[in-house]
Amino acid sequence: MFLKEYFGTIYKASKSLLTGMKLTGYYFFHPKEIQTHEYPDNRGTLKMADRFRGEVIMPHDANNEHRCTGCQACEIACPNGTIKIITKQEIQPDGKKKKRIDTFVYHLELCTMCNLCVVACPSDAIVMGQTFEHSVYDKKQLKKVLNKPGSKLMEGVE
Amino acid sequence: MRLLGDDILTEEGEFIINMGPQHPSTHGVLHLKIWLEGETIKRVQPHLGYIHRSIEKMSESLSYRNFIFATSRMDYLSAHMNNEACALAVEQGLEVEVPQRAKVIRTLMAELTRLSSHQLWWGCTGLDLGAVTPFFYAFREREAIMSIMEETCGARLTQNYMVPGGVMADLHPDFQKHTKEVLTQIKDKLHEYDEVLSGNVIFEQRTKGVGFLSKEDAISYGCTGPMARASGVSCDIRKLKPYSAYDQVQFEEILDTGGDCYARYMVRMAEMKQSVSIIEQLIDNIPEGDFQAKTKNVIKLPKGEFYQRVETARGELGVYLVSDGAASPYRIKYRSPNFSNLSALPHMAKGAKIGDLVAIMATIDLVIPDIDR
Ligand code: SF4
Ligand code: SF4
Repeated sequence: MFLKEYFGTIYKASKSLLTGMKLTGYYFFHPKEIQTHEYPDNRGTLKMADRFRGEVIMPHDANNEHRCTGCQACEIACPNGTIKIITKQEIQPDGKKKKRIDTFVYHLELCTMCNLCVVACPSDAIVMGQTFEHSVYDKKQLKKVLNKPGSKLMEGVE
Repeated sequence: MRLLGDDILTEEGEFIINMGPQHPSTHGVLHLKIWLEGETIKRVQPHLGYIHRSIEKMSESLSYRNFIFATSRMDYLSAHMNNEACALAVEQGLEVEVPQRAKVIRTLMAELTRLSSHQLWWGCTGLDLGAVTPFFYAFREREAIMSIMEETCGARLTQNYMVPGGVMADLHPDFQKHTKEVLTQIKDKLHEYDEVLSGNVIFEQRTKGVGFLSKEDAISYGCTGPMARASGVSCDIRKLKPYSAYDQVQFEEILDTGGDCYARYMVRMAEMKQSVSIIEQLIDNIPEGDFQAKTKNVIKLPKGEFYQRVETARGELGVYLVSDGAASPYRIKYRSPNFSNLSALPHMAKGAKIGDLVAIMATIDLVIPDIDR
């Protein structure tokens, strides 16, 4: 009785090990079925999802115009002070003074990619970009100015 | 008796070792001080606070829309459920009705998160107990779920997708198609999980009868989630107090009476199947409509206290929110599942071997940032 149990256990144990090894062996000979990406090598073909949140960017059109009115809604919506908006008064052709954006400072090192600023923006001036390779050698390089030099507010955006 | 330092008391023949805060099997920065006699554990003392970021205090200065993002970083493997708990608590105060579509999307996302969380846990449990290969199999399925998250929510881990009133964006047009593909893949491959680990003799010997937690102890330590259910405590908030769309689906609460590491393992394995079944029931029945209810730009809650419980992958998360009528919360308290689950560790580890401690910790499924917050 004891012997039977003893050998039974050995049989069951070896069987369980072989079952597992059969599976690992299968994948050993079918390496294509394991999905791993060889990341730095597939850089050329790697495409992130459209909604992937890599960093905040401000799209400019061909005339170097953006849609940011300087309303600061994004600055208020940001939970950790990533965005600083500096505005200036600009004199319009008709003589009136209008508030316009001077610099849109974006601290990439603080950003948590939470998307709240993009949701809060009333004129769709900022979107999330798909880049994700953000490492730099100097922390200062992470502080970015999103409006391009010499850019203007797009016509018709208030 | 020798006195070493202020709080370290050793007896003759005793030996103290520190496990962590940089130990790979503590899955983060948990520091365990272990009193040993030979290889037998006499006492374990968890030391916390290495990743304390003061999320509760920080939330007091943020608006009701803004504080939610930080909760993704508590239990980062259940980010959706954490966000959902906060969103539900705020909605309780606002008394807004969340659209049906948002409710179903929330449930789908929560269950996908649960699946991916359990898969990661499965891989890590194998890794902790000396089986490296399962990790890669688990990540194969997990990666597919992560791609779905990335596609719809925009991030893989810290999604911040649940907002007061609903969800942040509508589902991606390919969501249904890809989710069905993932479900087929998972159902195809779940038997592999059993073959390579569940039935394995080495795994069984290292987990069966190890780290026993009785039903009474599970209740008195405040354990929740799969850990308490493995000791026979029925505590699934999804069943007891259904939120979102859990009242529209059929599923079982998995209970086991073993109370040991193997029972906890089996409970989670069975929960994966339940999650698959919940997603299957909902994926073809996503109602049309809005994905977000209209809420004011600046949310102000009426004076009062609001409490919301949800079931994360690790247990019950409670959000206790006190409002004094201002635009940011007066006080927020999170009742995190990991903290209570960890409190049972010293009890379970007493008398065990040091190798068993790794098995016990693996099956508690600790996420350290959720303990410290
Ligand atoms: S994504 Fe979030 S953290 Fe980053 S700038 Fe926008 S609001 Fe601030
Ligand atoms: S980015 Fe949008 S929200 Fe921010 S200042 Fe410009 S217009 Fe206002």
